[in-house]
Amino acid sequence: MTSDMFSKRIDRRTVIKTAALAGVAQITSPFVITARAADNVKIGLDNPLTGTYAAVGKNELIGCQLAIEQINAKGGILGRKAELLVEDSTSGDAGTAVQKARKLIDRDKIDFLLGNVNSALALAMAGVSSEKGVLHVVPGGHTDAITGATCHWNVFRVCNTTQMEANAVAGTLIKDYGKKWYYITPDYAFGHTLQAGMEKASATLGGSKVGGDLTPLGTTDFSSYLIKAQAAKPDVIIFLVQGDDMVNALKQAVQFGLEKKIHLAGAQQELEPLEGLPPEARIGTWVFEWYWNQPGVPHVAEFVAAIKKKTGRVPTARTWFGFVSTWTCALAANTAKSLEAVKMAKALQGFKLPPEIALMPDGAFYRAGQNQLIPNLYVGNAQAKGSAPDDLFHVTNVVKGADIAGTVAESGCKMTWPA
Amino acid sequence: MNSPDLNKQIPNVVVWLLLLAMPYWLPAVGGYPELGTRVVILGLAAMSLNFLLGYTGVLSFGHAAYFGLGAYGAAMTIRYLVPSTGIGILVGILIGTIAAAIIGPLIIRLRGVYFAMVTIAFGQVFFFIAIRWNSVTGGDDGLTGWTRVPLHFGFTTIDIQNNPLAFYYLVLVLFAVAAGIMAWMLRSPFGRTLIAIRENERRARFLGIPVDQHIWMSWVISCCFVSLAGALYALLNNFVDPRALYWTQSGDFVIMAVLGGMRSFWGPLIGAAIYVVLQDYLSSQTENWQSFIGLFFVLVVLFFPRGVLGMIRRKVMS
Amino acid sequence: MTQLLLFNVFNGLIVGAFYALMALGLSLILNLSGVINFAHGGFLAIGGYLAYTLIPYVGFWGALVLAPLLTAVIGFIVERVLIVRVYGRDPLYSLLLTFGLAFIFEDGTRFIWGAQSLPFQVPGWLMTPLSSDYFFLTGYRLFMVLVVAIAVIGLFLILTRTRLGIRIRAGTLDLETVSVLGVNVRILRNMNFGLGVYLAGLAGVLAVGQLGLQPTIGASLIMPSFVAIIVGGLGSLPGTLLGGLLIGVASGITTVFFPSATEAVIYVMMAVVLLIRPRGLLGEEGRF
Repeated sequence: MTSDMFSKRIDRRTVIKTAALAGVAQITSPFVITARAADNVKIGLDNPLTGTYAAVGKNELIGCQLAIEQINAKGGILGRKAELLVEDSTSGDAGTAVQKARKLIDRDKIDFLLGNVNSALALAMAGVSSEKGVLHVVPGGHTDAITGATCHWNVFRVCNTTQMEANAVAGTLIKDYGKKWYYITPDYAFGHTLQAGMEKASATLGGSKVGGDLTPLGTTDFSSYLIKAQAAKPDVIIFLVQGDDMVNALKQAVQFGLEKKIHLAGAQQELEPLEGLPPEARIGTWVFEWYWNQPGVPHVAEFVAAIKKKTGRVPTARTWFGFVSTWTCALAANTAKSLEAVKMAKALQGFKLPPEIALMPDGAFYRAGQNQLIPNLYVGNAQAKGSAPDDLFHVTNVVKGADIAGTVAESGCKMTWPA
Repeated sequence: MNSPDLNKQIPNVVVWLLLLAMPYWLPAVGGYPELGTRVVILGLAAMSLNFLLGYTGVLSFGHAAYFGLGAYGAAMTIRYLVPSTGIGILVGILIGTIAAAIIGPLIIRLRGVYFAMVTIAFGQVFFFIAIRWNSVTGGDDGLTGWTRVPLHFGFTTIDIQNNPLAFYYLVLVLFAVAAGIMAWMLRSPFGRTLIAIRENERRARFLGIPVDQHIWMSWVISCCFVSLAGALYALLNNFVDPRALYWTQSGDFVIMAVLGGMRSFWGPLIGAAIYVVLQDYLSSQTENWQSFIGLFFVLVVLFFPRGVLGMIRRKVMS
Repeated sequence: MTQLLLFNVFNGLIVGAFYALMALGLSLILNLSGVINFAHGGFLAIGGYLAYTLIPYVGFWGALVLAPLLTAVIGFIVERVLIVRVYGRDPLYSLLLTFGLAFIFEDGTRFIWGAQSLPFQVPGWLMTPLSSDYFFLTGYRLFMVLVVAIAVIGLFLILTRTRLGIRIRAGTLDLETVSVLGVNVRILRNMNFGLGVYLAGLAGVLAVGQLGLQPTIGASLIMPSFVAIIVGGLGSLPGTLLGGLLIGVASGITTVFFPSATEAVIYVMMAVVLLIRPRGLLGEEGRF
């Protein structure tokens, strides 16, 4: 608890410090702003710090902060100091998120925009960033459209598409647990595309859907859905809900004893909800997008140690998203030797992350023509207790992203570059 | 025109000058164009609410619903029907007003806390429709894939799509029209009757005033202008999501009205300015901005119940 | 199909009982003091977090007893310091005050315990279903209903058998007369507020047994409680209880036939009740 409090204090202090600086600058006059702009390269993070996504948003922020420290220790961006400006986008209010994005771009003159956890907000922000031509990295908004139907030349994404997650886990589920699936899906774009992805992946392997329910974000009582799911007699109940909804759904499913009759599984799972569950409810087969316990993969241990030193806890996939996003900005500028968004975006086409940033056995690269990071995915089972208190996931199979990502044409992305 | 009349005009002149010149002085004090537009739009919403709250004395805590309906009306028109900003705004106003007119009879007999509770609860119906009727409203993700379109007049085109300044002045013109109509109504016999109802409902009833009809009218007018504000809000963001109709948004409108001063015409606009700027500023300073906003609510209630303008007026009077 | 329906009716009753517990606390405060406590969800969260913090020291049962009491103490203080200042003023101010408090509570819990949801453990033997057919009747859910029943019976006993309760009821009807008769209304309101917050705290401890413990836990539970009060009728505690159970069952049944209207149905129900009986099902004519 104490270490947790400590970490919080540091974060707040950093936030306040950056903000105070900005505050002073804005009061004194526009001249100071131009002066400051010449000094630092500014990265604006517009991400939730309050509401439903506060926990994951916070972890992404920590990853960003570590990356900023490392970037500055290694000589900054084009020899200039990197600076992180943080704005709370709230968890669901697009009006606020868009306004904050405009504030960062118009007033603070940021060179890079980061965010958002919430796919809908990420899409809304992408609208602003592409209108203004600012390089934009989405750390953790999963819906396919971001690097699919509504892709933009300036918008890059670190986390996976829902289709990739579905493809990663479908084979294992069909092979080991059965072909009849019942879906409990969150009722928003992320859930819809994830379920569509799962249905597509299972159909090609001979699986079928025996039913499903759409649950609104923030559902507290899943019992009536679980009653329906049990009545449909599936082999597997697929939980596609996330975050707090995942905690509620699994907690209640385990109380009903459903895990003794039906296999419980899903696609995307994260360390945050598993930490929020009592041990007996840490069950099921899932995909992790990054995991801290990767023995033998170079540089991972150092990253884990650095984050543990900052917060007292192990990094989650979210921490890694934030870390990679921020580093992407620095790498783009340093490779392009320019802060011009078009040049940087060109430099990132097919760009392979160095191993100390990718932190994965097969590395990760931004696929050209789609701006989507193609990493490794980790399929495995949640576990009540592992080698360490934070080791709540047992990886059984590391999947190569390139094998399951489909083609750029399949993603639906038709990228147009400014003339 | 004699001097007391002139004195009365001073606040109006000051407000209009500040509003007209906003894009020129706002950046100098650390603002940015969208912030000014947001203040005017939310100010309009708070002023509309105050038509009911301050001048009729009826406590609505559910105005976000009609704000949101206006927003969805405008957004869905542009997205699905015609790519026209003007028609979008009109449809938005129409939808919000019609919904208010229908719900009105269910609630106008209720008073005080009960009225507040029922308006909140009704507002939630629209919230859940917006969030669950995915195929049409975009559900929790909000409605994207549309933007405001330039205004085409026969002789010229105003590019409100890419020019934030042009959009600001469009908002300001509509704000002026709405404020003008509200001010005119409040000065008419109808407006005087509303104030009479606020001051003493029973007496008004004994005088033979059809109180329920008047409250219904006031409710519908108030919701009509709040849906105009909602439509503009959607256009400002080029986006609309169910949070625009969530009940906490209603709370924001009420605090704006109270903060500025419920008994004065411009009060809610000033309240909106203070609230929007404060929230914008605080949420950049600390991740615990919610506590400060909450504390701010508490302080307003305990120490500034008459609002900023109410305080100033009292000082001037004494 | 019939089985599915039957299950959902049962399930709705369980969920409804929980709403009723929340709503009763709100209703108590509203009836005597005319204050809608928006911070009720915040008190619920505090109850849950206190229980989480206490469990390592006093165990689940100790926490079940202590956490609501501590929450009530916080309620006492909040009433004494803040709420007391808005009595007798326009209801607008009490709304804004508790609205602000709700913000502070949500952010405060996040500040103290973090945004990450915390694992909350109830005794293992409560965690199993009682029968494999009626699997949704878990030990914990029955236990919840039992606690709600005890709390409700206790509340009604307090209100009908104790001096405090009789005063509260009398004050609900006519506070001025009660005051003239020599009852200290200040203390009465304070005790009453504490009692209402106690119920919120208790609901909080029960909620975290099956929901994730995170700062926004109370936010989504407060609206159904509002509807329970309106449907049941303002001023009537039995009405609130009935309202809670009714909306629970209504949304349970709707899940079977038209799942996407699960949330909206309770508001539609409220509209119908208001249309037919503007005072709510058991509400008395002439109040509010």
